Amino acid sequence: MNRFFAFVRKEFYHIQRDRRTVLILFGMPLVMVILFGFALTNEIKNAQIAVLDFDHGQHSQRIIDRLLSSGYFRLRQSLTSYRDIEATFRQGHVKLVVVFPPNFTNDYAHDGLAQVQLLADASEQNTAISLTNYATSIIQSYNNEQNPPNAASPLQISVEPRMVFNPDLKGAFVFVPGVMAMVLLLVSALMTSVTIAREKETGTMEVLLVSPLSQLQILFGKVLPYLLLSFLNGCIIIALGIFLLGIPLNGSLLLLLAETLLFIFLSLSLGLLISTIAETQLVAMFASLLLMLMPTIFLSGFIFPIESMPRALQFISQIIPARYFIDIVKGIMIKGVGLGYLWKETLVLVSMSALLMGISLHNLKPRLE
Amino acid sequence: MTRIRFIIEKEFKQIFRNAVLLRMMLAAPVLQLILLAYAANFEVKNLNIVVVDQDHTTYAQRLVGKFRHIDNFRLKGYVPAYKPAYRELLASRADLILLIPPHFERDLGKENRASIQLLVNAIDGSKAGIASGYAQTIIRNFNDEIRTETVAVQQPATGGRLEIENQYWYNPRLEYKTFMVPGILFELLILVGGMIAALNIVREKEIGTQEQLNVTPIRKHEFILGKLTPFVIIGLVQFTMGLLVGIFLFQIPVVGSVPLMYGFAFLFLLLCVGLGLLISAISETQQQAMFAVFFCLVLFILLSGLFSSTENMPTWAQYLNTLNPLRYIIEVGRNVMLKGSTFRDMQSQFVALLLMAVALISLASWRYRKTV
Amino acid sequence: MDKAVITNKLTKKFGDFVATNEITFDVAQGEIFGFLGANGAGKTTAIRMLCGLLKPTSGDARIAGFDVYRQTEQIKQVIGYMSQKFSLYEDLTVRENIRFYGGIYGLNRADLKAKSDQIIEQLNLGSVADKLVASLPLGWKQRLAFSVALVHNPRIVFLDEPTGGVDPITRRQFWDMIYEAADRGTTIFVTTHYMDEAEYCNRVSIMVDGRIKALDTPSGLKRSFGTDSMDGVFQILARGTSTK
Repeated sequence: MNRFFAFVRKEFYHIQRDRRTVLILFGMPLVMVILFGFALTNEIKNAQIAVLDFDHGQHSQRIIDRLLSSGYFRLRQSLTSYRDIEATFRQGHVKLVVVFPPNFTNDYAHDGLAQVQLLADASEQNTAISLTNYATSIIQSYNNEQNPPNAASPLQISVEPRMVFNPDLKGAFVFVPGVMAMVLLLVSALMTSVTIAREKETGTMEVLLVSPLSQLQILFGKVLPYLLLSFLNGCIIIALGIFLLGIPLNGSLLLLLAETLLFIFLSLSLGLLISTIAETQLVAMFASLLLMLMPTIFLSGFIFPIESMPRALQFISQIIPARYFIDIVKGIMIKGVGLGYLWKETLVLVSMSALLMGISLHNLKPRLE
Repeated sequence: MTRIRFIIEKEFKQIFRNAVLLRMMLAAPVLQLILLAYAANFEVKNLNIVVVDQDHTTYAQRLVGKFRHIDNFRLKGYVPAYKPAYRELLASRADLILLIPPHFERDLGKENRASIQLLVNAIDGSKAGIASGYAQTIIRNFNDEIRTETVAVQQPATGGRLEIENQYWYNPRLEYKTFMVPGILFELLILVGGMIAALNIVREKEIGTQEQLNVTPIRKHEFILGKLTPFVIIGLVQFTMGLLVGIFLFQIPVVGSVPLMYGFAFLFLLLCVGLGLLISAISETQQQAMFAVFFCLVLFILLSGLFSSTENMPTWAQYLNTLNPLRYIIEVGRNVMLKGSTFRDMQSQFVALLLMAVALISLASWRYRKTV
Repeated sequence: MDKAVITNKLTKKFGDFVATNEITFDVAQGEIFGFLGANGAGKTTAIRMLCGLLKPTSGDARIAGFDVYRQTEQIKQVIGYMSQKFSLYEDLTVRENIRFYGGIYGLNRADLKAKSDQIIEQLNLGSVADKLVASLPLGWKQRLAFSVALVHNPRIVFLDEPTGGVDPITRRQFWDMIYEAADRGTTIFVTTHYMDEAEYCNRVSIMVDGRIKALDTPSGLKRSFGTDSMDGVFQILARGTSTK
């Protein structure tokens, strides 16, 4: 057993020597949480728009004032002809053009029907949709003020929507579990697969294999430091989520930590599996990226909703471990549920780990004989 | 100068000999493109809805019927009361609960008004907002429908009516693919080009061949150029594959000039490989290099505007973003490919990318060899 | 100009640690010069300074008349180098490795072809010329690495523990190659652990703790230290420091 601890200590020395990697390991979750928490918003603020006003009347002017004083929009250009629109869009600064046709004010005041055009540059789709929605609601509210409803309509059904679990609609509730899954996977699986590939590449793996340590001890020794590192990282992210971003912890902390350990164990098994296949660090890294990280980011529901994906991708997403882990974290932290609700997800993670660990141990054997 | 040729030749031989790597390098872009183009979809569809109908009247049933057979919702069934309904939310079996209180129809008839409760799982806030919007629209339409049935005469319109016409240019049907693919196409270049380049020199350091190269009369610029060229060429091949997939599989329109796109791809590749070589030059192990690249990539991608718009970021993030090469190239991709922007329109992006490429490559050649 | 290597009080410090301390010696053209010392004695540091890989802290050195501070690029044209670490590309074939290094040294197409054929024939590698280097036994790799270090006919070749980890017969073969090269006028600068190899050198220097403690022909050294083997000489010098 002493031998085993000596070996674990050696692994820790490796990690500790490599200051830069340690810095990145712990800096990464911090940076990601801050970016997601504070930089990535789809809220519109001071978006640059252009106006093409053929009318120059009282109503068009008032609507423009209304748009610009809302805080959402800022005027970049006043255009004079339709041809300018194309050129403006091509430069890429302006994403929305508001067009008032000639006689707009007159039509609106006298004929009772007038048209305003909102032209959006949908090459930036998300922005285009939000800009259009914001502008539409501002113009509509202007219209409503001009035509106050005369009487209460009959048969009024009122809807009381209630936002359960996240009344303030905070974005952090989605991305913190996602970031957690990603970072844990990154640290555990990527690091393990690469360090083992490294020992193979530099030839030290052979030295270890002929040492009196058993194969399992070697693997476990290699994996243990990363397990601890990942766990520490997981705790940091949870703490950041709670104290910096105001995510509640409604469920049991103990269960959360246990599930985190389970997910780390699963990631380590995955890393081990990759390392039994990959002979060089480059291949190990590429395999980790392609087979784990990309699917995790895109198919776990962390950024894009799973329900909207094509069937085939929804199916694939079922074998992405992060998907279950994310559900578990949300369940425990936000919904405050326990194993009673999460046993299925937990079971999936347990069986996946067992399977992966089994395969990688099986793969490893012939290598030693 | 012929020395460069030998380095390039050697790099290519090594790349082609590593079958696994080669396959991954070629598969990665196509795979990611397909994955992203299909998965990257912020549309909200297939929302699971569970109904608590405590009224059991025709109106209630008709209202529930409105949630059947539409794209956005999947009617999961009924539960008798609030408590079991909440449990459905807890168990993630429902995204939305429609709660029709007792006496819904009676209140509507007698008092002319009634209310309905909507419980939305709001962990994903933006999705919840959209979901509740959809549901409210359906309820409002139902409201209008029963109103016209009972109150036969429509009220005449008073005052002016304002029609708003929306046009989405360059992507009129709002296809997410059209929006995502040009961005991803360029994003891939930094992923593959930059990453493999970053590991390249470090690998030679680790194996020991770097020291051997350092005692040869090879010049810095020859070394850097020799290393740069193969990756730029591979990057262009990947770009071409991605472009073909985009055009033929996803039918992304290419409005702008293809040579201009290749010009920018070339410039951007120089930049990526320069960044990779710089990281490679300052790292001691492949692991270190890999993590450094990874860190840069995560930062670049998140801030690039690939997923969320760059203009709405807080000021500090926008300042940070002026140093983000990915952001410029994604702007170029979308503008040139979808809108047909010309070189003149993309001047500022060109200057920014050029400056960064020159700076990175010079830094890389300056740092190389000193650290040996 | 007759001297291949001249050093004068050549010193390298890493912080407080003095890796090589004012070493002074010279090596004649065509000589086989053994550079001995225990691990950490400063051999590799010295060799790296002479090859232009490391800048000295102080002192002078000239390689084939070129200054190690200012003329490192010229030095690189006239030297060959084989490091402790294996320096060939394992994922290239024998022929491709020769071609690559030859090309780097500026050999033209015809020379490259001739040189490759010559090396392959000399080393008897005809059957594996198009096999990956990774598949060769260690002894073959080392002989190939030596030939590659000589591909551009350098005036001096630096060998940093070239025979680590191979069997005595292969080592013997390797030394035959060294003699052949020396006969053609190439200066050989070799570091080694093996004291029997020291006997093969024309002259030997022994480094202890960054300083040169002895420098003479093998027989001269044995005479002045009063032993009958190089091993004895080395033991006396090494023990002398360990009790200090």
